[in-house]
Amino acid sequence: MTRRLVVLAAFLLVVGCGGQSGGANATSTPSQTTLTVFAASSLKPAFDKVGARLQATKNVVPTFNYAGTQTLTGQLQQGAPGDVFASADTAHMTTLQNAGLVSGSAKIFAHNSLEIAVSKGNPKGIHTLADLSRAGLVVVLADPSVPAGKYAQQALAKAQVTVHPASLELQVTGVLTKVALGEADAGIVYVSDIVTSGKVDGVTIPDSQNVIADYPVAVLKAAQNAAGAQAFIDLVLSSDGQTILKAAGFQGV
Amino acid sequence: MALAGLGLLFFLLPLAGLIVRAPWNQAVGAITSPETATALELSLFCSLAATAIALVLGIPLALVLSRTTGNLRRLMRALTTLPMVLPPVVGGVALLLAFGRRGLVGSFLYQAFGIQIPFTTAAAVMAETFVAMPFLVIAVEGGLRSLDPRYEEAARALGARGWMVFARVTLPLLRPAIFSGAVLCWARALGEFGATITFAGNFPGRTQTVPVAVYVALETRPDSAIILSLILLAVSLAILVGMRDRWLGPPL
Repeated sequence: MTRRLVVLAAFLLVVGCGGQSGGANATSTPSQTTLTVFAASSLKPAFDKVGARLQATKNVVPTFNYAGTQTLTGQLQQGAPGDVFASADTAHMTTLQNAGLVSGSAKIFAHNSLEIAVSKGNPKGIHTLADLSRAGLVVVLADPSVPAGKYAQQALAKAQVTVHPASLELQVTGVLTKVALGEADAGIVYVSDIVTSGKVDGVTIPDSQNVIADYPVAVLKAAQNAAGAQAFIDLVLSSDGQTILKAAGFQGV
Repeated sequence: MALAGLGLLFFLLPLAGLIVRAPWNQAVGAITSPETATALELSLFCSLAATAIALVLGIPLALVLSRTTGNLRRLMRALTTLPMVLPPVVGGVALLLAFGRRGLVGSFLYQAFGIQIPFTTAAAVMAETFVAMPFLVIAVEGGLRSLDPRYEEAARALGARGWMVFARVTLPLLRPAIFSGAVLCWARALGEFGATITFAGNFPGRTQTVPVAVYVALETRPDSAIILSLILLAVSLAILVGMRDRWLGPPL
C-alpha cells in the first residue's frame, strides 16, 4: 500500500513538473502568448469569434471569463488576474477605474439595445412592453444588479409598465435560457442575445422606450500580457471586429 | 505533521477571512434588514420542508436499499448518491427538464392542471430535496446495515407482523442514524445554491434563499453578504460540533 502511494506520488510529481516546464512553450511556437479576457456574458457569441480571429492573426490565445458584468467586477475587485475587461455598462467600468484597476482609458466598442424575448412563434401574442404586465404571464428579468436588469428597469419605467417577474436572473443569459426552455413566456434581453440565440423570437421595443447599452473595454492594470490586451482591443475596434459584432446583433461605433 | 497543519490552515483561513472582514458594527442592522430577514425565513422554511420530504421518502428508500443485493442494489445506490457528486447546477438543469413546463412530467402537470413548478417556493424545496436527500438515505442505510438482525427476528418470532416490527423495533433502533442523517440533510439543504438558482430562479421572498441572497448581495451589499455567510457558517459549525463524530458513520 505504502509503495503504491509512493509510486503514485512520484508519478504525480513527474506529471506536475512536466506540466510546468512544458506548458504553453513546449507545444507551440515561442511567440505565442495567452490572454485572459473578462467579458460580459452577452458578448460571448461575438467575442468567441473575435478570439478565434486574434489567435489566427496575432498568435495570441485568449481565454474568456464570461459572466454577469457585476460578477466580473466583484471578481476583479477581489484581485482576480485578467488582462482585458469588457463591460456591459459604463457604471461598472467606472467602479473599476475608481478602484485604480484599469490602465489607460476605456473605449466604447459597441452598443446594444433591448428586445423582448418570446417563445418561437410568439404564442402568447406579446407585442409591447405593456403586454408584459398581463396577468398569468410568466416574465423573467435580469436582477437589477446586472446591467441588463438595470436597463430593463429603465425601459419599463419609460413605458410606465409595472411587471411582476417570476425570477430575477443573475445574468442576462439566464433570462434567455428560461425563455428558450419555455419556462418563461417572455423576458427582456439584448437584441444581440436574440440574434445569436436562434431559439427565441424577438419583439422590438420602440426607441422611445428602449435603452441603449454602451459597452466599454479597457486593459487592466494587473495585465500580464498588456501587448496582447491592446491587440485584442484594437481588433475589437477594427472594421473586422466591428463586422463580427454587428453580425452578432450589436451596433457598431 | 507540517502538511497536516497546512491542510488545517487551508480550512481555517477562509473562515478567518470572513470573521476578520465582517462589519461587526453593522451586524445587527444587516441581520434585521428586511432583505436578510426574508431570505433567512425562506431558507428556514425550504430547508425544513426539504428535510421533512427526505424523511418521508428517504427512510423507505434506505430500507429497500439495505434489503436488496447484487447489481440492483448497486444501480439503486448509484442513483440515490448521484446528486451528491453531480454539480448542483446540472441537477437544476435536470430538474427543469423533468419538472419544467415543457419537461417530462412538468408538461403533463401544466397541461392538465395549469401547475408550473419552476420559479415557485415548491421548486426551491424540490431543488434542496434533490441535493440533500442522499445524505439522509446514506446515513439511514448505514444504520440499517449495522443493525443486529436478531432483534427483528426475535420480534417476529414473538408474533409481530412486518409493520409492527418496523414501528416498534427497527425504527427506535434507527433513531440515532435517522437523527444524524436528517441533520446533515438539513444542513446541505440550507446551503443549496446551484440547483436552486437554476431550477427555481431568484426572487426575494419566493425563491431567494440565503445562499442565493449571498451571491446577489456580494456585488451590491457586500456587508450583508458577509453577515449572511457568517450565519450559514455558524449554523454549519454548530451542527458539526453538535453531531461530533456521529456524522455519516453508523452510530457506535
